[in-house]
Amino acid sequence: MADVVVEQGRLSRAASPRKRASLRNAMGRKSTVAFFLTLPLILLIALLVLYPAFYSVYLATLNKAMTKFVGLSNFTFLFKRETFWMVVRQSCIFAITAVVFKALIGFIVAHFVHNIPGKKQRKWRGMLLVPWVIPPAMSTLAWLWLFDPSYSAFNYTLSFFGIGPIPWLGDTFWARFSVILVNVWYGAPFFLIMYLAALKSVPDQLYEAAAIDGANWWQKIWHITLPMMRNIIAITTLFSLIVTFANFDIVRILTSGGPLDRTHLFATWAFQVGIQSSDIPLGACVSLFMVPILAVAAVFILRDVNKRGNEA
Amino acid sequence: MAEVALRKVIKRYDDVEAVRGIDLDISDHEFIVLVGPSGCGKSTTLRMIAGLEDITDGDIMIGGDVVNDVPPKDRDIAMVFQNYALYPHMTVAENMSFGLRLKHYPKAEIKARVTEAARLLDITDLIDRKPKQLSGGQRQRVAMGRAIVRNPKVFLFDEPLSNLDAKLRVQMRIEIKKVHQKVRTTTVYVTHDQVEAMTLADRVVVMNKGRIEQIGTPNELYHKPATRFVAGFIGSPAMNFIPCRLEDVGGKLNVRLTDRISFPLPPARAARYGALPRTENLLLGIRPEHLTESHAHLEPGVETFDTVLDVTEPMGMETLVYFGLEGTPICGRVDPNAGAKDGAPMRLAMDLNNMHLLNETTGAVL
Repeated sequence: MADVVVEQGRLSRAASPRKRASLRNAMGRKSTVAFFLTLPLILLIALLVLYPAFYSVYLATLNKAMTKFVGLSNFTFLFKRETFWMVVRQSCIFAITAVVFKALIGFIVAHFVHNIPGKKQRKWRGMLLVPWVIPPAMSTLAWLWLFDPSYSAFNYTLSFFGIGPIPWLGDTFWARFSVILVNVWYGAPFFLIMYLAALKSVPDQLYEAAAIDGANWWQKIWHITLPMMRNIIAITTLFSLIVTFANFDIVRILTSGGPLDRTHLFATWAFQVGIQSSDIPLGACVSLFMVPILAVAAVFILRDVNKRGNEA
Repeated sequence: MAEVALRKVIKRYDDVEAVRGIDLDISDHEFIVLVGPSGCGKSTTLRMIAGLEDITDGDIMIGGDVVNDVPPKDRDIAMVFQNYALYPHMTVAENMSFGLRLKHYPKAEIKARVTEAARLLDITDLIDRKPKQLSGGQRQRVAMGRAIVRNPKVFLFDEPLSNLDAKLRVQMRIEIKKVHQKVRTTTVYVTHDQVEAMTLADRVVVMNKGRIEQIGTPNELYHKPATRFVAGFIGSPAMNFIPCRLEDVGGKLNVRLTDRISFPLPPARAARYGALPRTENLLLGIRPEHLTESHAHLEPGVETFDTVLDVTEPMGMETLVYFGLEGTPICGRVDPNAGAKDGAPMRLAMDLNNMHLLNETTGAVL
């Protein structure tokens, strides 16, 4: 359909007066057509994403009672609080550690699954996807019971080996370990499925050529698999980094940020400050801090993706 | 450089036997072509030599050493794949030097070898490009370059020209031959194209249904095929097979093709076939070029007959004529000026000096 419009635009160009011609030209250009076709989606995104985003910027400039414009003083107030910097550090540790492990586990398991023949592979793929399909709020409840101080199934099992009891959610190190563990458990299947798709798109003959060129299994991964997958790896990592950085439910259910705020992330802390402590402007201010950090990560990770995309 | 030997090599996939006991000796510097229809086991054989497929039974030797359990990387071979299998993220130079870099050759030597191979293949200008920026023919050259720089004991080619258009294929065929004349590495080349096989090979191995039908020089295969399969597979258009029977007419040995057509055999042929039983069902094998228009002065052993042509195909330097002899479709090659026309009667001459006689049931050439 778009093509027809384009053709009409071209045909009538010569005959029409100048002004109308340029309007028709604009209407006839493929990019204009494309713009109008995507307009409903653009409006929807504007409504659901841009409006809340700008509204939160506006909120961040108000005082606690939301009656007065205070400019950037909410931000300067945050900068002086030690808890804020702790949350920044914790969010970074949480997101980076979790993403690295998710990517590693996803990569390794994807290789195993890739080598399972035909029908069996589908079963394994289905089973391995389960953690990702269950709503995390529900599955995290199950983890909460596994970590329970009195009835922990983990501690019960470990007691047979003379280990423990471990204060899974009561000690700073173990609480951080636990939230990361659950996040990795939940998120690794996403990496698995993305990497599996990427692995399947690498032609077998490249591995055969590499085998004949003298590459061992590790050199095949390093010189063939990873370069062929790097776009997928970059995009998956970025996507997961954003989602993990903004994680809310796992920490909220397992620790509520405790012990002593030691597992708080941006989202959970923003919730605590904004909703539970009724300082919505400050909460908005906290959540806005994710934007510059993620923007920097996006630039670094997506650099060259366009350029590389054309190689294969 | 090395000789390659296959001893009773068998490849079985579950219940399918793809290669059924192959014996083959390839001498040093030789250019061997494995040819056959798809599914004949030629590619499997090549991949077993490369080590990309395990062998079910038998032995494969490269340079005198049994390599059955040696992984591809330690066999010192190089392979050129049908779809080139160039590493898309590496430049031409990186593609060509990959094997050498893995083996930690000194940088200067790698550069020298890549430059030399690029010069040999005329791709010096392309050295910094990525495979995506190359045409099919150029990619094929790079794939060959990657094989050459390694200076391996054996080159393996797996239908390397199948993805190229007809004109480029002829050109690259000549290039491959030139390269082999220069580097003289033992080469095993797989193709389903009998023209490629004939033009490139020192010796051709014709395979069918997992077995070797015949091994020989291109001329041997063409002029002295051992089986009906080889006779029909080598040569284009293919050899005609006409049901026939031997008979004695007035003390001479004749071959009877139809109720009306019976030709006396030339003396040499008569001596050769004289002992055959007269009742046996036989096939007369005759190539299209030995079925031509009739002349006023015919050589001894050339017999004429009249027929009505079904279809003619003018090829320029010759005209192919198609007709039937009691239901058997037959193709002949006549001079373009001989006046062959669709549906017109024509007198043709059959050169029985170049005939073959085959057993209809076993397919063996007698």
